[in-house]
Amino acid sequence: MVLRIRNLNRPNSGSGQPALLSPVDLDVENGTCISVTGASGSGKSVFLRAVCDLDPAEGEVSLNDLDRDHMSGPDWRTRVAYIPADSAWWHDRTGAHFSDPEAALPLITMFGLPEDALNWPVQQLSTGERQRLSLVRALVRNPEVLLLDEPTSGLDPETTTRVEGALQERLAAGVSIILVTHDAEQRKRLASEHFEMKNGQLSPLVEVGEARS
Amino acid sequence: MNFITLDYTDILLASLTIAVNAGLSIATRLGLEQRLLVAAIRMVAQLTLVGLVLKALFSIASPVFTGLAIVVMILFAGREAIARQEHRFEGWWSYGLGTGSMMMAGVLVLVFGLTTQISPDPWYDPRYAIPLMGMILGNTMNGVSIGLDRILSGARSGRAAIEARLCLGETANEAFRPVVRDALRAAFIPTINGMSAAGIVSLPGMMTGQILAGADPVEAVKYQIMIIFLIGGGTGLGSFAAVLFARHRLTDVRHRLRLDRLKTP
Repeated sequence: MVLRIRNLNRPNSGSGQPALLSPVDLDVENGTCISVTGASGSGKSVFLRAVCDLDPAEGEVSLNDLDRDHMSGPDWRTRVAYIPADSAWWHDRTGAHFSDPEAALPLITMFGLPEDALNWPVQQLSTGERQRLSLVRALVRNPEVLLLDEPTSGLDPETTTRVEGALQERLAAGVSIILVTHDAEQRKRLASEHFEMKNGQLSPLVEVGEARS
Repeated sequence: MNFITLDYTDILLASLTIAVNAGLSIATRLGLEQRLLVAAIRMVAQLTLVGLVLKALFSIASPVFTGLAIVVMILFAGREAIARQEHRFEGWWSYGLGTGSMMMAGVLVLVFGLTTQISPDPWYDPRYAIPLMGMILGNTMNGVSIGLDRILSGARSGRAAIEARLCLGETANEAFRPVVRDALRAAFIPTINGMSAAGIVSLPGMMTGQILAGADPVEAVKYQIMIIFLIGGGTGLGSFAAVLFARHRLTDVRHRLRLDRLKTP
């Protein structure tokens, strides 16, 4: 029971240019979190978008032995949810973005937001509120894999702890997570394996301490 | 029908109004005089040429030449429809999409109008087919042009929202719905405005022409109403086709947003 990634890559359309994503082989077991770190522009988001099937990429990706090519794009993205660092909103009120606002209430309170957060005008949301509500919006659909891009970058320590608590709960329930984060402490708290993205190439992260010893 | 024929002096006199405007532009240093003059000369040359072509076409009344003239009109309309677009598809897609939509809608409405309402003998009589197609195409071109421009710019500016919806498992159709609706609404506005204002704000050109040519105003109005329906239908069909094809081309079979199919501005 696993998210299996084989030879996933995105060549660059310009000839002679380095690949946007060099071939990646990776298994993420159910209930585990792997972290990906790397400089801005190194290809972390390209990787998450390729896994979520938002951009055309070569290679194979399967979930629990079910190849994603054997299911529709929307079906795949319902199971493998990508939550980008910048959330987007298309209705005036927050609640209109939820198919079942009632079901979102427990998560909303868990993330330290009041229940009437579902009636708020999107225009007035702070960065942190946007970030939490976009997480709720995805989590409430119960995806089997979460692809998280800097999920707590705009949050204060207390809210970060709340969000991490929710993620731990999901992990315990068998959800797999690929977590892009610059926060070394968060990486250690949540993930069991650590990777680094450099120029579109994913490799196991070598900690500075480890390299010295 | 009897009408007052114009001689060249009359036309020269009418052109004085443009000359006065050019003079004003020079006096106020607007710098518009050259463009005004070039446009006026172009208009005279184009219309004179068209007059000669129409005269020849009408005298031979051949289905092949009538069809060819209509194809040429459609190709030009296709070029005009995308000429001022800010965003375009890579390669021939924008031209093909606009032209294809106009051809489909224009020909359908034209043949419908000719065979069931006007019924000239033969049905393709260029005296009816060509002016009718001109009116249908002129308006369809605007609808297609506005619709395409709106959906392409909407896809670019709304990228984050469209992709956020796709990430939540929505289909390309669902994620694009507001952008498609906005593009179609914009494409329909000139048609709706034209119908609402007809006769009050403006006297439609074709009706005015018929009246000037000595036709009974009631008969001219009947013709005009029929033409407005055909024009509206053509514009609507063309805009629908162009916007829906563009939506299709902006996404793929995996329901992904494919902005890479647009030219980089």
